[in-house]
Amino acid sequence: MRAFTYERAETSKAAAAAAAAKPEAKFIAGGTNLLDLMKLQIETPAHLIDVNPLKLDTIEPTAEGGLRIGALVRNTVLAADERVRRDYGVLSRALLAGASGQLRNRATTAGNLLQRTRCPYFYDPAQPCNKRQPGSGCSALGGFTRQLGVIGVSDACIATHPSDMAVAMRVLDAQVETVKPNGSTRTIAIADLHRLPGDTPHLETALEKGELITAVTLPKPVGGTQIYRKVRDRASYAFALVSVAAIVQRDGSGRVALGGVAPKPWRVEAAEAELPRGAKPAAAALLDGAKATKENAFKLPLVERTLAAVLAEARA
Amino acid sequence: MNRRDLMAAAGACAALPMMDRGARAQPVPIGEPVKAGVSLNVNGEKHSLHLDTRTTLLDALREHLHLTGTKKGCDHGQCGACTVIVDGHRINSCLTLAVMHPEAKITTIEGLGSIDRLHPMQAAFVKHDGFQCGYCTPGQICSGIAMLEEIKSGIPSHVTSDLNSPAQVSEAEIRERMSGNICRCGAYSNIVEAMLEVAGRRA
Repeated sequence: MRAFTYERAETSKAAAAAAAAKPEAKFIAGGTNLLDLMKLQIETPAHLIDVNPLKLDTIEPTAEGGLRIGALVRNTVLAADERVRRDYGVLSRALLAGASGQLRNRATTAGNLLQRTRCPYFYDPAQPCNKRQPGSGCSALGGFTRQLGVIGVSDACIATHPSDMAVAMRVLDAQVETVKPNGSTRTIAIADLHRLPGDTPHLETALEKGELITAVTLPKPVGGTQIYRKVRDRASYAFALVSVAAIVQRDGSGRVALGGVAPKPWRVEAAEAELPRGAKPAAAALLDGAKATKENAFKLPLVERTLAAVLAEARA
Repeated sequence: MNRRDLMAAAGACAALPMMDRGARAQPVPIGEPVKAGVSLNVNGEKHSLHLDTRTTLLDALREHLHLTGTKKGCDHGQCGACTVIVDGHRINSCLTLAVMHPEAKITTIEGLGSIDRLHPMQAAFVKHDGFQCGYCTPGQICSGIAMLEEIKSGIPSHVTSDLNSPAQVSEAEIRERMSGNICRCGAYSNIVEAMLEVAGRRA
């Protein structure tokens, strides 16, 4: 691990300013992904700003009838919150489907959104990776791709975003609140937080240098039957091959987002008009333009079948 | 994936290191170690240490406080051998820095019981033969104790059928909730029995 200096943040604004002022600074919250990557020298910050003292760890109602989730709320706490369980079941289910008990106790809401891909080539510093080393090439293309993306991918990168939580946040139309180094704040729709790789896969989010996520807000509850279905190689503690987050209303209308298939939580609002007609047309619309490899082409029918199972469960 | 695909993938992986070395990431200089004062409260005892900022909580416990009951398995948060209880919550001590826990109450396997007075979970592991080599055991026990508290405080799991009513202790709940602790000897069925007994359920 590269040596680093360390400071404890005192205010969000000061933390953002400090992160912008130091050339190779990073925030650390739960640290469950960052330290893993630092040990492998995939992340090599020269300075860490510990944001845990900021106490952004409460879940509060908003004036609009939604919830404001502090950036530092741990995954376990968020999943277990009574209001989240009652009104945003898809979010509780997604969180509980991710990682292990130990990791959920430490991992934060903002950190979960910002975690890096688990593409095995990104994780191997001995191999070219455009995300890790821009311009070095993509080892996954032509490599071992079973886990990797089938839509939204590019010729430079086919990595997936690994989060379950983010898929539920996307289907719930969450908003991300941030503070910038100059002290100004802004709100970013979850749909706009993550970028598609294009020819710059190392640029993963819309956040500017030093910009700090302070909270994630959920709009007022939309009701419906909320389901998160995750398909993976083990029954527990594994990343999704395919996951479906869905909110289905009694009239058959609804929303759906996919995990495990794309560089960001994958939702196509236009495809949702097809939901009352069933999984086949909805999946076809969601996956329009998909570009699978020989090894991960199974994900395309798996999306349709998982969505069919989810819609059947919602009707039952 | 069939065997032929697997061999093809393995071949591709083997060939990659032979590629142009220029494509590799430039190694970043490690730099001069940075030291920082760290105060830790472990098993009720306060310690003041002067550590390299890179020191994980796991390494601080083992290498500096010589509490070697907590084990290093994968060192990447995948195996759970390093599980300790921090402010009542089980975490992977390998994936957190010692310097991040100045005010926390840390409990390791050494703080749970002694040879003469075993913690009920330790006694149950002995009774049910919940280990073979024993390497994962301190992590299993710390994790199991905190896991039962999580059920008691109403935290749901992936296998809890109704999010809006409290989870009950069951074999399925324990297996799901303990998935972050790997036992290479495969003592899982006995580990589950030990935990069911501590929870007051018949195995």
